[in-house]
Amino acid sequence: MDDLRELYQQVILDHNKNPKNFRKIEAANRSAEGYNPLCGDRIDLYLHVEGDVIKDISFEGAGCAISKSSASVMTTVLKGKSTAEAEQLFKKFQKLITSAPGAEPDLQDMGKLAIFCGVREFPLRVKCAGLAWHTMAAALKNENTTVSTE
Amino acid sequence: MKTAVDNLRVTGPPTHSVNGFDVERIREDFPILRQKVRGKPLVFLDSAATSQKPQVVIDALSNYYEAENANIHRGVYYLSEVATNAYEGTRQKIKEFINANSIKEIIFVRGTTEGINLVASSYGRKNVKAGDEIVISAMEHHSNIVPWQMLCEETGAKLRVIPINDDGELILEEYQKLLNKRTKLVAIVQISNSLGTINPIKRIVDIAHDSNVPVLVDGAQAMPHAKVDVKKLDCDFFVFSGHKVFGPTGVGALYAKEALLEKMAPYQGGGDMIKSVTFEKTLYNDLPYRFEAGTPNIAGAVGLGKALDYVAGIGYEKIAAYEKELLRHATEALSTIKPLRIIGTAKEKAAVISFVIDGIHPHDVGTILDRDGIAIRTGHHCTQPVMARFNVPATSRASLAFYNTKAEADLLAKGLHNVIKLMS
Repeated sequence: MDDLRELYQQVILDHNKNPKNFRKIEAANRSAEGYNPLCGDRIDLYLHVEGDVIKDISFEGAGCAISKSSASVMTTVLKGKSTAEAEQLFKKFQKLITSAPGAEPDLQDMGKLAIFCGVREFPLRVKCAGLAWHTMAAALKNENTTVSTE
Repeated sequence: MKTAVDNLRVTGPPTHSVNGFDVERIREDFPILRQKVRGKPLVFLDSAATSQKPQVVIDALSNYYEAENANIHRGVYYLSEVATNAYEGTRQKIKEFINANSIKEIIFVRGTTEGINLVASSYGRKNVKAGDEIVISAMEHHSNIVPWQMLCEETGAKLRVIPINDDGELILEEYQKLLNKRTKLVAIVQISNSLGTINPIKRIVDIAHDSNVPVLVDGAQAMPHAKVDVKKLDCDFFVFSGHKVFGPTGVGALYAKEALLEKMAPYQGGGDMIKSVTFEKTLYNDLPYRFEAGTPNIAGAVGLGKALDYVAGIGYEKIAAYEKELLRHATEALSTIKPLRIIGTAKEKAAVISFVIDGIHPHDVGTILDRDGIAIRTGHHCTQPVMARFNVPATSRASLAFYNTKAEADLLAKGLHNVIKLMS
């Protein structure tokens, strides 16, 4: 039960119920669609990038609490960041959620993203937490194709 | 090791018996059910994905490799004869089990999917042309959609789909309207894996035959729950997987009427399906071997034979009566959960319960239940068109077998209350 509580922290549940930046950016100049064929989770990710700064970021779609809250938190963290910083954070986040279960996680510089450290105890849910980030990375590269977790 | 079949003959009052069906004794035959998962007793509610195996099947597999292993049909030595007899013995058993006319009508395949692909490829390519139509239903598993789509793409034929109503039942009037001179085949599931619906196969076959259209029945989910009689159904093709009916994975069978098989070209080329080979010409083997290229899953077939014996030993009447009561109990237990909605409420239903809970995604349901040792399936169950029909991205599904208990259904309900509490 404790690891469940660590996975489904109150902040995660709140983002799941009331996701931030859950909308379409009409003036988006980068976008991508993410898809997890195993569960049917889908996410549309929109970015408005000026120079190398993410001026606005949003998402739409349907998914589990982990994928939805991960997308929501990601948008709040990345707004105003440079594209290079976004890619850096993506790498760190990926490392956090795929670190060995039971080991002490490296939460340095993770900020709000630290709430997802419980995911590492649930290897089957890593793809849920990573979906929005993979989609964001594809959008930054302006790959207007569908990203799949498989 | 005593089996349930032996145990049922033991005299004296059984402790958990319902109409002569003692689930606690049955459970003793399934070693995997004794284990604990995350410190809790395993509650396995995913038998529609694959069933668990009784000890007799597990023993048959190891005994085959320990004492009988040799390649079949070719050797002149003792072990090859033993292996061939074991393999062919299962073919005979399947023939009797589903009441086919002849062993020539029983083709070993890897499973339902390969059986359907065999028919689509061999029967379909020969008989389906541009402008023709193939009829399937809105509740098909992807394995009974995609092979036909591939055939349609190749030939220029068209796929027509029988719609379903809000309870997840076929709309038979619409089915009748779909049939016409261009219809070349009806491919239909007997029991839906995601809705539990039991389709009126006999009626569906009769209606198709009135228009001289042959019917393929996907029996993957039917075999573990109901007696299948292909003569009574009069279906032209019937396919099933061993692993859904308490046998090993990687083996199943295709039944086809002999007259149809006689006219069908081989599916794959290789060993066993030939009589003689020269570089100029190959003579194909007789039925059923013409459709079995390469060394088959011999051990799997031996295990499947044991699984069918095991099911026959319990008897479908007892299985159906027990599962009906189990389904009633489980449905009632889940109905006490307010935000839960069952998807698939057909009048004729097998022990499969698909459901959604308002505001909680099935994946979260599955993860939380797993912490209680409860295994359910979450996702689209390889039936994405069904999910689209009910406008849900995914469902949670509890599928029951005769080794499940009412207490397990109660644990599921309790677990779901816990899910709702945790996620609110």
